Amino acid sequence: MKILAMDTSNVTLSVAVLDSEQLLAMQTTNIKRNHSKQLMPIISQTLAEAGMALNEIDRIVVAKGPGSYTGLRIAVTTAKTLALTLNAELVGVSSLEMLVPNAPQNGLVVPFFDARNGNVFAGIYEKNGEQVVNVLADQHISFEKLLAKINELGRPVYFVSSQFEQFQTMVENTLVVVAEHSGKLNSLPNAHALGILGLQKTELENVYTFVPAYLRVTEAERNWKEKHPNDENKESYVRQIN
Amino acid sequence: MDQTSLILAIESSCDETSVAVIKNGDIILSNIIATQINSHQRFGGVVPEVASRHHIEQITICIEQALKQAEVRKEDLDAVAVTYGPGLVGALLVGVSAAKAFAFANELPLIPVNHMIGHIYAARFVKPIVFPALALLVSGGHTELVYMPTENEFKIIGETRDDAAGEAYDKVGRVMGLKYPAGKAIDELAHQGEDIFKFPRAMEHEDNFDFSFSGLKSAFINTVHHADQINEELSKKDLAASFQQSVVDVITAKTVRACEQLEIKQLILAGGVAANRGLRDTLDKELGEKFNHLDFVKAPLDLCGDNGAMIGAAGEMLMRHQVFADMTLNADPSLEFDWEPEAIK
Ligand SMILES: [Zn+2]
Repeated sequence: MKILAMDTSNVTLSVAVLDSEQLLAMQTTNIKRNHSKQLMPIISQTLAEAGMALNEIDRIVVAKGPGSYTGLRIAVTTAKTLALTLNAELVGVSSLEMLVPNAPQNGLVVPFFDARNGNVFAGIYEKNGEQVVNVLADQHISFEKLLAKINELGRPVYFVSSQFEQFQTMVENTLVVVAEHSGKLNSLPNAHALGILGLQKTELENVYTFVPAYLRVTEAERNWKEKHPNDENKESYVRQIN
Repeated sequence: MDQTSLILAIESSCDETSVAVIKNGDIILSNIIATQINSHQRFGGVVPEVASRHHIEQITICIEQALKQAEVRKEDLDAVAVTYGPGLVGALLVGVSAAKAFAFANELPLIPVNHMIGHIYAARFVKPIVFPALALLVSGGHTELVYMPTENEFKIIGETRDDAAGEAYDKVGRVMGLKYPAGKAIDELAHQGEDIFKFPRAMEHEDNFDFSFSGLKSAFINTVHHADQINEELSKKDLAASFQQSVVDVITAKTVRACEQLEIKQLILAGGVAANRGLRDTLDKELGEKFNHLDFVKAPLDLCGDNGAMIGAAGEMLMRHQVFADMTLNADPSLEFDWEPEAIK
């Protein structure tokens, strides 16, 4: 199976072309540049380096979130549209889960992104070789609460995050279990790992209904729901008039 | 030569996701529009993040349906046109990302379209645009007079100094307790009332082509608040009629002045507020009385709002002028025509 994998959920942009688990070509940048400008040219270059035509791709794998809303929009829209027009399979993988293979050892892995004000986007996963199983669903959570949940599990954990340093003191003061972290070397997402995880998934996304996993409703919607707890006619929010 | 062209056109700059297939620049084979009005009504205006999220829900559905309804295979297409600005950046990015992916996958040229050219080119579905022409663009974000000496040349000779006309309509609508977007309701009320309040007509007689609506808005709000304080009930119909008459008078005066000073063959009325009956009727009457040889073309009512068809019509023109983008195309939320008030002299 030929795979095109892409991630623009945070500052890193990573695109890979795989033949099953075998990586053929990958490009990763980690500069605060414009993903909208960079993504398609890098997809094009990576395919060229892999010696593969776009229409040979069987499956498109995209990091679906959580992450920067703008970044998620770009990769998810690109992936959806490519899958639609190429008639390729579409698979979404959690942007947190794709960091789990970065951990050098088996066991509990906790990938997270800073979400400001003491909050993070995080999940807890069990890594066993190439197998990754979710233990705590991805969520928007205060770092304090996350640490409490890790303490409850009572097992050593491995954090994967390029923002670990910001939270290091809290980890040292609060955590009762043994904790290690990815440091700079293993903290960044890479589309090869994304592609392998996407290859393992058996559940395909629907190219029409697929949306990013934002994990947060917008503030406007949150306020509105508080005032209108019973109104849930989401179907009619968007309607076709032509 | 009867070369045909087929363009897939994508629009997502604000709160409508729309995809059209346009033949030869002026024949609509399909024009799918998914509107988010019901969603944003909850908030009394467009919430950008919510809009962007709805666009992602809709974009592939609209592309697929546009092709299906047009009975066109992607192999038959000649180009992909897309709105890349102005508009909400997150909303624009969905259309731009989809257009690039579609164009790349199908080896089609990509045409970057300025949304405002799109609005002007909605007039193409009525009749061909003849140059030199002048466009009066009135929408929620813009109120401007655009001079077009030849095809694909756009010069702003006058624009609003503060609020756009559509913005003023929405604010006044809120004060009157009308649902967002209030333009249509105010237009309907206005036809049942009379201009008894005589709100100010800002800059009506100044020797330029600029507009201003913030003074009108303040005068309107003050009138309503004052009445509230003394417990006086004002007629909504008369309020609407007075507000609308002031907007229409100023726009008409400036447009007539521009038509007098420019050697133009055509005047085009376009943009969301171009659907306003009061504005259409007044311009018809005033221009008809003053100009014999001026062709007044109004964008079709159902194509005044945002839609893919107008982007396809503009895209075809841009394609003939070899305006193409590569895969680095980005959204440009503040894209504008050049400001050249001197173009007229
Ligand atoms: Zn518009």
